[in-house]
Amino acid sequence: MNTPAPERGGARVAALEARGLRKNFGPAEIIRGVDLTVPRGERHAVIGPNGAGKSTLFNLISGLLAPSAGEIRLDGVPVNALPAYKINRRGLSRSFQVTNIFPKLSVWENVRCAVLWSKGEKYAFWRSVEANPEIAQRTQQVLSEINLSSRKDLPAGVLTYAEQRALEIGITMAGGANVILLDEPTAGMSHAETERAVALIRRISEGRTLLIVEHDMSVVFGLADRISVLVYGEIIASGTPAEIRGNAKVKEAYLGEEAH
Amino acid sequence: MSDAIATPGARTAAQTGIGRLAPWGVWIAAGVLLAALPLVFRSGTALTMLSLMGIAIIFALSYNMLLGQTGLLSFGHAVYYGLGAYFTVHAINWAIAAKLPIPLPIMPLVGGLAGLGFAILFGWVSTKRSGTAFAMISLGLAELVGSSSLILRSFFGGEEGVTTNRTKLLRLFDWNFGPQIQVYYLIAAWCLLSIALMYALTRTPFGRMCNAVRDNSERAQFVGYNPQVVRYIAFCLSGLFAGIAGGLTSINFELANAALFSAAQSGNVLLATFIGGAGHFVGPILGAVLVTYLQNMLSDVTEVWQLYFGLMFIATVMYAPGGLAGLIMMHGPIWRAGALGRLLAGYALLLGPMAMVTVGAVLVIEMMTHLGVRAAEGTTMKMGGISFDAKSWLPWALALILLVGGGGLARLAWGYLAGAWDRAEAVAREKGLTV
Repeated sequence: MNTPAPERGGARVAALEARGLRKNFGPAEIIRGVDLTVPRGERHAVIGPNGAGKSTLFNLISGLLAPSAGEIRLDGVPVNALPAYKINRRGLSRSFQVTNIFPKLSVWENVRCAVLWSKGEKYAFWRSVEANPEIAQRTQQVLSEINLSSRKDLPAGVLTYAEQRALEIGITMAGGANVILLDEPTAGMSHAETERAVALIRRISEGRTLLIVEHDMSVVFGLADRISVLVYGEIIASGTPAEIRGNAKVKEAYLGEEAH
Repeated sequence: MSDAIATPGARTAAQTGIGRLAPWGVWIAAGVLLAALPLVFRSGTALTMLSLMGIAIIFALSYNMLLGQTGLLSFGHAVYYGLGAYFTVHAINWAIAAKLPIPLPIMPLVGGLAGLGFAILFGWVSTKRSGTAFAMISLGLAELVGSSSLILRSFFGGEEGVTTNRTKLLRLFDWNFGPQIQVYYLIAAWCLLSIALMYALTRTPFGRMCNAVRDNSERAQFVGYNPQVVRYIAFCLSGLFAGIAGGLTSINFELANAALFSAAQSGNVLLATFIGGAGHFVGPILGAVLVTYLQNMLSDVTEVWQLYFGLMFIATVMYAPGGLAGLIMMHGPIWRAGALGRLLAGYALLLGPMAMVTVGAVLVIEMMTHLGVRAAEGTTMKMGGISFDAKSWLPWALALILLVGGGGLARLAWGYLAGAWDRAEAVAREKGLTV
């Protein structure tokens, strides 16, 4: 799936690109002209104070919300008019800040449901879900990656918080999407749990494009190739971790108050 | 719910030698059971009731494709049932008139196709929404079809409906489907086929996504599925099976009338499904059997059987939201842990007080009914072979003692049972059979 980027006008097409993105809720402007480029294979973090619009940005990119203005391109193709499920089918998958799983289904079912579309099952009601052995193989593979194989028969709703967060990531990656959006994957985790989660994120984002919102600065600076800082719906800086650390505007707006 | 919780056990069973036959064993057993039932219950009443149960099972299972599997609460499922019945009756009459060589057993398919067709039409509108909006639209559509059935008299036959004669079609194996027993076997065959198909549906990619949409329709979008399409397909297939059930009803009664569309009919199937347990595949089967039985037996015994029905429904919603099947399945881990014996004493203790409360409540309800509805016949009434005066203080005092005393004892027994339950569950947890 990781084919080389198609050439367009001599430049490599970014995996994900936002141009002039805006979102208003009535008179409230939440996203006020965001430009963001994430090249293929990059791990890109979005940081910013609470209420900066990070989750809204994710909701716009993943199709949960329609932008008020601007354009989003996935592999160079505009996707901002598409519903969430079509964006997902084009290879963009996301996790949620608040755990968003199928609580009554077993852990196995949770992951399998996330595998089905990528295996071409669509809405088939005429063949068994077990007819295609690749589905079970992929499900098993994902479960071992997120370390939940031993819990596979339990209803997902009874898992511990950290396990549900891992399952959330498992559902997100199961369809083999090339662009993965993770919304605060380590929120509310203990130190040890965070370390495990980061290792998992590092593993699953190998060879993929990752866009991550995260509050834990050690996670952000340890994981990201580049960081964008979102403040009041605008990106005030974008660069490598070292550049961001040295950026005066960022220090003033964000790091100065919260992280140090 | 069912699949999540029931699978661990099912998987262990499947690993043993006999277990490998188990999936088929269930169907073979069900077939044998359906074939043998009329040999045990020979009376005409019993045969009629068995036939009604078979129809109710298909109808309730089709309803649960929406409620339990996809999380759609419909107040208008009788629409597809009723239309299935009308189209089947018209198809039979037409085949008789045109002397077409079509045997009766395939006629319910006409009902199914009618149900499917109208579900395709109406579902296009209603499944664009879920939750409360879907429920309200289903209610509106039910009203729409119900009232047009009284307007379009040429098709719906007005108040008296449309009659038919099931015996006049092409004969198969010398069966003319006059006797009830032959109709029973026709219904039983369709019932088994429908159960098998609806179960198989739950094991398909579509069926799995129904549960996913039920659990979390937002998340379903982010694994590539359009929840609206999932709901729509579920609605259409549910209409198909409701139509088959309706077709069988019209064959059973040789009649299709407006009562089949009624809100009561839609309410009944909801009741049966919920009381049986919407969270498990077998739930609606249990519910359909129980509710059909009670409807026929209770209505012989008391005028206010619907009141008891309502009480039963409220009790289920409040104390056993998983329905009968949920109650039974709760015991699964404890049974597998071999700790079921620990609960027996608690249940035995609860039995007496519960009986007291029930008798007390029945007494109050029946005396009030007698005084209210049958005041003209005097105040003397008869219950359980005993005659008494409903206006004297003694039966009221007795009812009060039974209610209050039974209620108090039930609370004590309940406390004891709860303790026993915790201990039994602890055993199951120790053995890793539950969390």
